[in-house]
Amino acid sequence: MHPAPSVIIFTTFSGLGFGLLFWLGINPTPPTGWVAFAFFAIAYLGAVGGLLASTFHLGRPERFLKAFRQWTTSWLSREGICAVATLLTMALYGAGLVFFGTKITALGWLGALGALATIFTTSMIYAQLKTVPRWNHWTTPALFLGLSVAGGALLSGKVTVTLGLLVVTGALQAFAWFHGDGRFTASGTTMESATGLGHIGKVRAFEPPHTGTNYLMREFIHVVGRKHAMQLRVIALLLGFVVPVAFLLASFNHWLALLAVVSHVVGVLTLRWLFFAQAEHVVGLYYGKR
Amino acid sequence: MTELPTSTAKKLGLVIDLDTCVGCHACVVSCKGWNTENYGATLSDQNAYSGAASGTFLNRVHSYEVQPPMLRDAPQPAQLIHFPKSCLHCDDAPCVTVCPTGASYKRVEDGIVLVNEQDCIGCGLCAWACPYGARELDEAAGVMKKCTLCVDRIYNENLPEEDRQPACVRTCPSNARHFGDLADPESDVSILVAERGGFDLMPEQGTKPTNKYLPPRPKDVEPEYDILAPYLEPIAKDGKGFVSWLDKALSALPGGAK
Repeated sequence: MHPAPSVIIFTTFSGLGFGLLFWLGINPTPPTGWVAFAFFAIAYLGAVGGLLASTFHLGRPERFLKAFRQWTTSWLSREGICAVATLLTMALYGAGLVFFGTKITALGWLGALGALATIFTTSMIYAQLKTVPRWNHWTTPALFLGLSVAGGALLSGKVTVTLGLLVVTGALQAFAWFHGDGRFTASGTTMESATGLGHIGKVRAFEPPHTGTNYLMREFIHVVGRKHAMQLRVIALLLGFVVPVAFLLASFNHWLALLAVVSHVVGVLTLRWLFFAQAEHVVGLYYGKR
Repeated sequence: MTELPTSTAKKLGLVIDLDTCVGCHACVVSCKGWNTENYGATLSDQNAYSGAASGTFLNRVHSYEVQPPMLRDAPQPAQLIHFPKSCLHCDDAPCVTVCPTGASYKRVEDGIVLVNEQDCIGCGLCAWACPYGARELDEAAGVMKKCTLCVDRIYNENLPEEDRQPACVRTCPSNARHFGDLADPESDVSILVAERGGFDLMPEQGTKPTNKYLPPRPKDVEPEYDILAPYLEPIAKDGKGFVSWLDKALSALPGGAK
C-alpha cells in the first residue's frame, strides 16, 4: 500500500492524542488549572491535528460531513462519530478541570471509553480489509490500542505503567511483523486464483493493460520502499520502545522524559510507515506484483 | 444506504469468454468513450501527451502467459490469454459496506453496484476493499469511478433495441463478452456459464461475484506420428517401369546412391 504521509501522521498523532485523553479521563487525581490546560492542549493538538491531516487524502474534503451517516456498516463512519463524541465529551471534562477545578468523574470515564473506541474503530478500518492479509488480523487493533495507550501514558508521565505497556506493545509489534510476513501466502490468494487459470498451469503476467502507471498501481503496489524493511524494523523497535524504556529507567527528569517522548514518536512514525509500505494488496497479483 | 440488499430481483452482469477474447482492447476504448460523456464525472487523463500518461479506466485488459506442465516428458507450448477485467457487481460487495457516506450502493432491482458521485468524498476505502481493482479514483474529479454496466444504455429507450447493452459488449468484435441476467437459470448467459464451466475470480475472498469467466478451451494435442508420412513413402518398390530402370541405372554409376 502507498504510505501516504497524511495517513501516517493522522494515525500516529491522533493515536497519541486519544491515548493521552484516555489517561486524563481515568486519572483519579487529574491536574487542574494551567497544568490541565497544557495537558489538554497537547492531547487536542494530537487528536484534532491528526484528524485534520487525514482529510488531506480525501478527493473531496469539503464533503466530509457526509461521512458520519453510515455507522451501521462502515468503520470509517463509526470512527468519525466516536472521534467527535469523544472530543466533545473531553472538552466538557477538560473545561471543568481547567476553569473550575472540578472533576466530573463520570464524564472523564465516558471520554476515556470514547477514546478507546476511537482508536479501535480507526484500527478496524484497516483490520477489516480481507484484500490486505497483513492487516486482516487481531494484531492490528491490538497494536493500535497498545501504541496509543502506551504513548498516552508516556505523555501523561506515568513512568511505571509506561514501562510495562512499552515492553508489552514492543513485543506485540515484533510478533505482528513476524506473523504478518506469512499471511499473504496463508490467505490462499494467488495469481492462479485471481485469474482462474490455475487449472491450465503456472500463470505469469505477460502484458499489463497500459504502458504507463495507473491509480491502482500507485495506491496498492509499493515495492521500492520495502528494500530497507528489516533495518527500519530494528530502528522502529529501538526508537519506539528500547530507548524510551532506557531513558525512563535511567532516572526521571523532565529532559530525559522529553527525549523519551521524541524518540517514541519517531519510532511510531517509522513503524506506521512500515505498516503501510509492507502491506500487500491482492490486486497487485493482476499486475504480477505484490 | 451502504447495507447490501438481502437479495436482488435480477443479477445483471457480464460473462467473459477467455477462449475467444483476442485482446484488441476495443471494449476498453468503447467503455471510456461512452462513460466519459455520459453517467457522472468524465474519465480524466493526466499528462496524456507525455511519457508519463495515466488515466481513469473502468475496464482494463491484462494478458497472461500460462505454462502447462510437461506432457509425456515433452514441454508444452505456453498459452497467451487476454483477460478483460471490470467491476464484477458482487453479491457480497465489500466496497459497498465500507463506504462512510452511502455513496456506494447495490441496486435491489438488478444488482448493479453504483456510486452516487454527489455523495462521494473520495476517501478511497472502497477501492481498498475491492480485491479486483475495479474502482479507480478520478484525479481530476476527486470521486470514485467504476463500471455502471452502462446503466444509461441498457434501459435507454432512446437507443435502438440492439444498442441496449453495455458498450463493451456491443463493440466486442470476437463475441467474447455477453450481457444478461445471471439470476435467471434459463437466460443465455446462465446457459453459457453452465455449459462452459464458468468460474468466479478469487472465490476465496468471499465476494460472490456476479460476472463469470469462461475458461479457454483445451488446445489440441499434437499427434505422435506425421499424418503426411504415408504419402511421402517411395511409391515404386517393385522394380518395374522406366523410373525403376532409371533408379537402377543411376545407382550403378560410380558414387551412385544405393
